Amino acid sequence: MNFRRILKAIFQSQLGPIFALAFILMLFAVADQRWSSGNYLSPRNFRVMMNSAALIAVPALGMTMIIIAAGIDLSAGTALTLCGTVLATQFKYAAVAAGEPGFAWVVIQAVCLTLLTGSLCGLVNGGLISLTKVVPFIVTLGTMTIFLGVGQIISKESTVYADEKNIPEWLSDFCYTGSNSERYLNFGIFPNVPNSVLLTLILAFAVVLLLRYTVFGRNVFAIGSSESTARLCGVNVPFTIIAVYTLAGVFVALGGLMYYANVKNGNPSDGMGKELEIIAAVVLGGGSLSGGRGSILGTLMGALIITAIRSGCAQLSILNTYTHIIIGGIIIVAVIVDQLRHGSPEWFFRLLPAKTAEN
Amino acid sequence: MRGQPILEVNRICKAFGPTKALRGVDLKVRAGEVLALIGENGAGKSTLLKILSGAHRADSGQMSIGDRPFRPAGPSDTRQSGVAMIYQELNLAPELSVEDNLLLGARGSGGGLLIRKRQRPKVREALETVGLGGLSPTAIVGEQSIATQQMIEIARALVAEARIILLDEPTSSLPQKDVARLFSIINDLKERQIGMVYISHFLEEVREVADRYAVLRDGENVGEGKMEDADDDTIVSLMVGRDVKNLFPTVPHSPGEPWVRVQELTGFPYPKKVNIELRRGEIFGIAGLVGAGRTELIRTVFGLDHSSAGSVSVNGKLIPSTIRERLKAGFGFISEDRKNEGLAQDLSIIDNLTLSRLGDYTTMGVLNLNRRKQAAEKLLKRVQVKCKASDQAVSELSGGNQQKVAIARILHQQADILLMDEPTKGIDVGTKAEVYQMLGELAATGKTIVFVSSYLPELLAVCDRIGVMSRGELRDVRDTVDWTEEEVMRVAIV
Repeated sequence: MNFRRILKAIFQSQLGPIFALAFILMLFAVADQRWSSGNYLSPRNFRVMMNSAALIAVPALGMTMIIIAAGIDLSAGTALTLCGTVLATQFKYAAVAAGEPGFAWVVIQAVCLTLLTGSLCGLVNGGLISLTKVVPFIVTLGTMTIFLGVGQIISKESTVYADEKNIPEWLSDFCYTGSNSERYLNFGIFPNVPNSVLLTLILAFAVVLLLRYTVFGRNVFAIGSSESTARLCGVNVPFTIIAVYTLAGVFVALGGLMYYANVKNGNPSDGMGKELEIIAAVVLGGGSLSGGRGSILGTLMGALIITAIRSGCAQLSILNTYTHIIIGGIIIVAVIVDQLRHGSPEWFFRLLPAKTAEN
Repeated sequence: MRGQPILEVNRICKAFGPTKALRGVDLKVRAGEVLALIGENGAGKSTLLKILSGAHRADSGQMSIGDRPFRPAGPSDTRQSGVAMIYQELNLAPELSVEDNLLLGARGSGGGLLIRKRQRPKVREALETVGLGGLSPTAIVGEQSIATQQMIEIARALVAEARIILLDEPTSSLPQKDVARLFSIINDLKERQIGMVYISHFLEEVREVADRYAVLRDGENVGEGKMEDADDDTIVSLMVGRDVKNLFPTVPHSPGEPWVRVQELTGFPYPKKVNIELRRGEIFGIAGLVGAGRTELIRTVFGLDHSSAGSVSVNGKLIPSTIRERLKAGFGFISEDRKNEGLAQDLSIIDNLTLSRLGDYTTMGVLNLNRRKQAAEKLLKRVQVKCKASDQAVSELSGGNQQKVAIARILHQQADILLMDEPTKGIDVGTKAEVYQMLGELAATGKTIVFVSSYLPELLAVCDRIGVMSRGELRDVRDTVDWTEEEVMRVAIV
């Protein structure tokens, strides 16, 4: 009975994704010790994993808000690389090189333009969804290819490389995972945490506050749970939806910036498929595609779970093809577990004394 | 004419976690009779039906149909055993044709192939039995009226050759004249030796259609007998386990001066040029058939539906027709569709309660969750919501308690003009009485209540004035004392 109670507590707590992550890390660490180099949990690999997770997590923060509001954004991937491409062209065609006077202005302009591109993408999505009432899936399916096309026009259908000396130092170091302590910001608190991870944590904290402690946040949940109830309560539904997508667009732009910092080039077609990774992180973290439910902590864990598996498979020299299958399987299992926690079908009641059902 | 028991339920128990929903319930249905299953919300009726329909499994106890044990593992089992369910919310595929709906789940003919032609005589016959002989089997179900859809559901039970039909609140969405039609069909089914279990909150309805009754309370049988041997008071006191002195408690209140004026309000297709003057501290009833435009009227007054002409003014000041403006002017609205519109089911009680007036708890855009919780809990106590915790999801509450949350919301919003669409729909007698009491208290504090209902006895008992709607027009407004049920119906159908 005691064992049951503990199991139930773990099962029903919000910490489910954390336990899942811990389990996965442990599994791979043991396997890695046994059959491979034993580097899986080394500080270096840990930094690499955290950085990769950050690349998914930042756009996934916006996606979490969208999914809580019962929406979806399939265009997040191509919008992200569109933003990265815009940033790359700014540096490629910059009139002044790093270190020269006026370069700061180039950087500010480039970053602003990137953020503007992202929020514009979001605004287009949100505007179309709330004005035309076409379902988000279809609208963003359309804008997904549109953003790809726009990116290809900007990049002249190739990959945009900027001269290394034209990229500001902080941006080059943004996703740095090496062992040179001087390239980390650290703030004198954490040793060698990638700057991308610091940004992710700050943003995540801000979104948690936004969702929990503002009227806007509660309205997002209300719309996701029942749009007609929200309308009846005087919530400005079109405005809220547009705001959510636009804000998510800003996160996508920041994701694009990090993507550029990571690979140092801009290729619009890189984004195809990224949106699914982002959505998967939200879903792994307990977000419900029918809206009203989702958690930022969960999403962060979701992003970490994906990268932990990918990195673990790489360490164990598991073929990429199998990695895909494993991640796909985990996503489905996670959602089934999540449904058990919330829906609790008949047979599940026998397994565990679950929460009381109303008659 | 009454035959052998065809459905027997013996000592059925069912628990959900620590909650015992059924504690050894017995039930016996004979061929050719209607058994009324009566009980408050939460008494276990729905659980019992779910067990009979195979949606849940009993923890212990037996069921049998005829002489054979009945242990449904799912809806298809139930169907094969000759049991059909007709739910409160219709269970039809609206995009499909009548015929396809009737044959849905039917045993295939021709090795899994659906040969519609071969089934057509059966379909025709079933439709004729339910009085839909004129309806084409290829008509699309979603285009039919609610009443017709209800009949189609019954026809589906006939096509499946059901011997037992379970009806769960079948009249809750039917207009009066179709209720009579439904009853005559039920009588025909009796002739065919079909046994029926009939669940309804309306005692007078039960009286009209049922032969016997069985009352459940807290998951146990508390009484049964012949319908004609029991009067209403007996049944009600069995249901609630105490004497209910008054089904319609009233609180003395005196309407003041007119202050809300609805002028020539018109929408598409309804309402049509409606004029109302509402007084402070008044309960204004709106009667009429389902589809007469009652819901459309109060939705348009609230700004939820678009108005093409006319105006709404409060204290002589014109209020623009957006929800936000109407909310600001003091209007509050309770939807008849509690499940989809009235409440956000997945959200917590607190969230639902405070959604329409969150501004009170913010300082510089930041919500004070503690203060919000305290205010919400105070209100929950006032309207006596039974819940485990205030952050529990609304979907876990019973219908009556959900309705109380919806009412608490417009109280929290501090609305002065409460527009209520069927606020007592689907809630039990005890809770209904509490709601009437609350309405009276609110009117006594000077609030104006517009009370839309299909249940005439409550309107006649609770309201100060009643207006009757028909085809989108507000036909006649009189003081309640000048109305009788017959008079209301006469105006409603003309």
